[in-house]
Amino acid sequence: MLISMNWISDFVDLSGLDLPALIQRFTLSTAEVEEVMEMGRDLRDVVAGKILSVENHPDSKKLHLLKVDGGDKIYDVVCGAPNVREGLIVPFVKEGGMVAGQEISCAKIAGYESHGMCCSEHELGISADHSGLMELPEDSPIGKDITEIYAIKDTVFEVDNKSLTNRPDLWGHYGIAREFAALTGRELRPLETVSLEAFDQLDPIAIDVQDQELCFRYTGLKVRNITKNVSPVNMRIRLFYCGSRAINLLADLTNYLMLEMGQPMHAFDCAKVDRIEVKRFPEAFSFTTLDGVERKVDENTLMICSGGKPVAVAGIMGGLDSEIEGDTDSLLLESANFDAASVRKSSTRLGLRTDASMRYEKTLDPEMTVPAIGRFMKLLLDVDPEAQVISRLTDVYVKHYPEVELTFDKAYVDRYTGIEIENSRILDTLRSLGFGADCSADRFTVKVPSWRATKDVTIKADIIEEITRVYGYDNFAVSTTLSPLYPQKKSPQNKTDNFVKDILVQSYQLHEVHSYIWADAKKAKSLGLEPEENVRLINAQTPDHEVLRRSMGPTLLAVLQENRSFAAEFGVFEIGRVCEGLLPDGLCSERKKLGIALYSRVKTEKELYFQLIEMVKALGRGVKRQEFQLANASAAYGWQHPRNTAVIMAAGRTLGWLCALKPSVAKNIDKKAAVVCAQLDMDEFALLPDGGLTYQEPSRFPGIDIDLSLLLPEGMRFADMESAWVGMGDSLKDVSLIDSFIQNGQKSLTLRFAFSSNEKTLSKEEVQPVVDGVVEKLAKAGVALRG
Amino acid sequence: MKETIDGLRESFEQELSKAVSSEAVEKLRVAYLGKKGSVTELLKGLKNASADQKKELGQHINQLKKQVEEKLLHQIEAIQAAEEQRAIDGAEQYDVTLPAGGDPGSYHPITIVQRQLEEIFTSMGFTVEDYPEIVTDYECFEAVNVPKDHPARDMQDTYYLENGQLLKTQTSAAQNAILRKYGAPCRSIFPGRCFRNEATDASHENTFFQMEGIMVDKDISISNLIYFMKTMLSEVFERDVKVRLRPGFFPFVEPGFELDINCLICGGEGCSTCHHSGWVELCPCGMIHPNVLKMGGVDPEKYTGFAFGLGLTRLVMMKYGVKDIRDLNSGNLKALSQFRHE
Repeated sequence: MLISMNWISDFVDLSGLDLPALIQRFTLSTAEVEEVMEMGRDLRDVVAGKILSVENHPDSKKLHLLKVDGGDKIYDVVCGAPNVREGLIVPFVKEGGMVAGQEISCAKIAGYESHGMCCSEHELGISADHSGLMELPEDSPIGKDITEIYAIKDTVFEVDNKSLTNRPDLWGHYGIAREFAALTGRELRPLETVSLEAFDQLDPIAIDVQDQELCFRYTGLKVRNITKNVSPVNMRIRLFYCGSRAINLLADLTNYLMLEMGQPMHAFDCAKVDRIEVKRFPEAFSFTTLDGVERKVDENTLMICSGGKPVAVAGIMGGLDSEIEGDTDSLLLESANFDAASVRKSSTRLGLRTDASMRYEKTLDPEMTVPAIGRFMKLLLDVDPEAQVISRLTDVYVKHYPEVELTFDKAYVDRYTGIEIENSRILDTLRSLGFGADCSADRFTVKVPSWRATKDVTIKADIIEEITRVYGYDNFAVSTTLSPLYPQKKSPQNKTDNFVKDILVQSYQLHEVHSYIWADAKKAKSLGLEPEENVRLINAQTPDHEVLRRSMGPTLLAVLQENRSFAAEFGVFEIGRVCEGLLPDGLCSERKKLGIALYSRVKTEKELYFQLIEMVKALGRGVKRQEFQLANASAAYGWQHPRNTAVIMAAGRTLGWLCALKPSVAKNIDKKAAVVCAQLDMDEFALLPDGGLTYQEPSRFPGIDIDLSLLLPEGMRFADMESAWVGMGDSLKDVSLIDSFIQNGQKSLTLRFAFSSNEKTLSKEEVQPVVDGVVEKLAKAGVALRG
Repeated sequence: MKETIDGLRESFEQELSKAVSSEAVEKLRVAYLGKKGSVTELLKGLKNASADQKKELGQHINQLKKQVEEKLLHQIEAIQAAEEQRAIDGAEQYDVTLPAGGDPGSYHPITIVQRQLEEIFTSMGFTVEDYPEIVTDYECFEAVNVPKDHPARDMQDTYYLENGQLLKTQTSAAQNAILRKYGAPCRSIFPGRCFRNEATDASHENTFFQMEGIMVDKDISISNLIYFMKTMLSEVFERDVKVRLRPGFFPFVEPGFELDINCLICGGEGCSTCHHSGWVELCPCGMIHPNVLKMGGVDPEKYTGFAFGLGLTRLVMMKYGVKDIRDLNSGNLKALSQFRHE
């Protein structure tokens, strides 16, 4: 919202104060100022000049040769404006003067010297009108600086509308002026209004508020005999500076009043609208608003009607049919108050946000409607003293907000602020903002003014804000708390997450990525992944993103695919959320998962698969000192490899899975690369007990390693052979895999059996019986020693 | 006899001068000092001499033996040194400027900044809390005092799910549960991923990270809030930052503030980043609204508290100069693999 300091100065005397500093203070105490603009500062030597003579240019149809009286002398001027004529008084830039930041020097135009320039309003920067020269009144003093005739010089600042969301009282200049008065300790002048009691004997307007739920108050007045059509220049300048556009006197007055008091007003042509009903329609219908757009209005939208016919969308925009036109000489003035949420929702549905709806959305003070009409009449009569009121001020006041009175102790203020603010200062602040405030024996009683009582100030803590913001947060002494400090342990979840990230990044060179909680249907399709059924968003930006993901797999596979050019071999991981359908109570089963995906154009799929197993096992050992077990399992998702999918288990719980991909899916990602992926449930992982540590004295004696090369029968797995050596004596410390290959269709493994003793150096003879026992057992299971 | 000794010395020296390999020197040692070596033989021959001769000749022979030993040692050392030097001179000097692998993995920059913040806050006695991303209307709005008809609840801002739940729009959705978990006093931070239903562009994402913090105790004041924010932000940016508070409206706090810090680019002089104001808006904060405390089971007449919400994603962008917010969720390793360190 744009605020004119000239306008503010109508209500509070800011003379002698540093305006930029004051506006800065406004930012810190009230609302954020986004920009400060100095208006009319780019004008120099622009005076009221009288056109003494007009001659046609011999070579141009458009150009004229003028003699202009600039007050000090007569200037020869070449001018191309269409409305140029003898005797006209116009803004005139003398040679050497400046307009719109450009210096006007003597220039030859079409062969003639021009020693100045006559200006349009646009060139002066006071309106968008560049259709012709600005025509000044006949009694304008020739030679007088234009900025002394009109209030062109002004300081205008823009307040961030967002920071006014909760301040309905700041949507007009008067409310802002009140803030300046409070911040400077100066007096706020009352608004000058016309008393309308004199018209109480006139007939009322027929106002029927049928919808008492959404219309809180409707006040109206009829006026006739309006003889003027154009607003005074200074009013038009203010409107323009504040982002409005001058239209005609009545429309300008309603806009002016809205910018001044924050009360939106509507002027109906009395000839078309002489009675008012406020209601919703049972069915949707078409309605043309005064911007000429035909809109569909539904049954939830509050309408203003006259004789049953809709004439305006309440609080948003009038209808085209009842619009005030230049020749309207009588009007029905609406000053009303509507339900904020209803206006906001209607405006969203219609896609029509107006200055009026923006204000109503903020929950305006219904007490404003009557003074606004009094003020309107004051402004109207100042311009057009012939105007006549032809109805009683008719006021249907449906909903009153309760009066808010709050009491609190000085100790409450001290506790909240942490600093000492004197009682007198608290009282002064509150009173300057219009609050009724009293204090006795450190107990405050505060009455909230109506313009703050619609939603903004309702509890004691709200009063703290009023006191502290005017006091100034910059002036606060800052101090730490006196609360005792306790050591804080990180949760197992947090520790596990971080440990996992460290192992994957630092030991396995993986890259951490982030993605989205929904599945990407388009990407999934391009990889040949079947769409998954899961909980849906009802308002996704695109249908491709409406299903929540069930696992990390598809997300990370897409990441691999998109990064193929990154390196010949790389891996990514993410700790993210998935939704595993709905729980019995109807809530989503949200789980935190670790997803890992590896890509390699260097390794075989088998090598990559075992690398992934190593990584996963390293996580178990590293984070929880737990040995993860793997078991082949059937694929849970269509894209997993039906034979090479395994579940990951520990301490009797299933933690996740790892898998190669179904060949067709693998091919879609990259024909020339191997791809594997895994998922671990981080909540389950974090809850795993720590495997603990039992310290083993290291043997002081060298151990002995025996390698056995074995030929396995069809279908035999490592796990099936373990019983051959488990329990074969304390000296066998470890069995590890040295080599593994397939020869002539037969699986061959080389295992290393590590023996050692804490008492002595073992000889080969001492361990041979154990080895023989193992070989014998293996032989019974069909495992042969390789030659 | 004496002539024999001198002759032996002379022949040894001649032969030694010709022995230029360690093998030749060893041969020489065997020839003179070995079991059957010339010098050893001389010593053996002494047993036939008279006692006087024995003493005199013994001295001469031992002198010779010592000389031979020393010279052999000297010679072998010289040869080894020369061999070492040859090995050194012949060695390839490795090109240390050749490109080398060894790329470590990378952390997501959010992780890096989040860990930094967690460390600062745990050192100040705050717990770190985790919270779901899919929450109820009660958690996200009602329990933090967002009124029923507040615009934030509109469909255009919030992602709603078909089961009536929603994707949390702010980390405040955790406030109620955390207040209920700890009661007062309470100091906690809760980083998390949040969602806003909006179209994405270089500066807007529908999925982003925030980190919220609350501190509740008797007599927690606005003055304390300013102190903590200043201390914490100075740690984050590793310099003494200036902060200022402005009034700001958020339903979960009263009074509510927008916190600005002096612009890090220009140091407060004014530049394009800070729109020539010298200040950059950083985080909303405020005194926890009495209704929020009440709903969290904390008596607002006894306790007060402050809350703040840091835009983690925004901090990351500021810290690393990331211009397009979408890079962070893109999975693009050309962007993300750069964040190697914590």
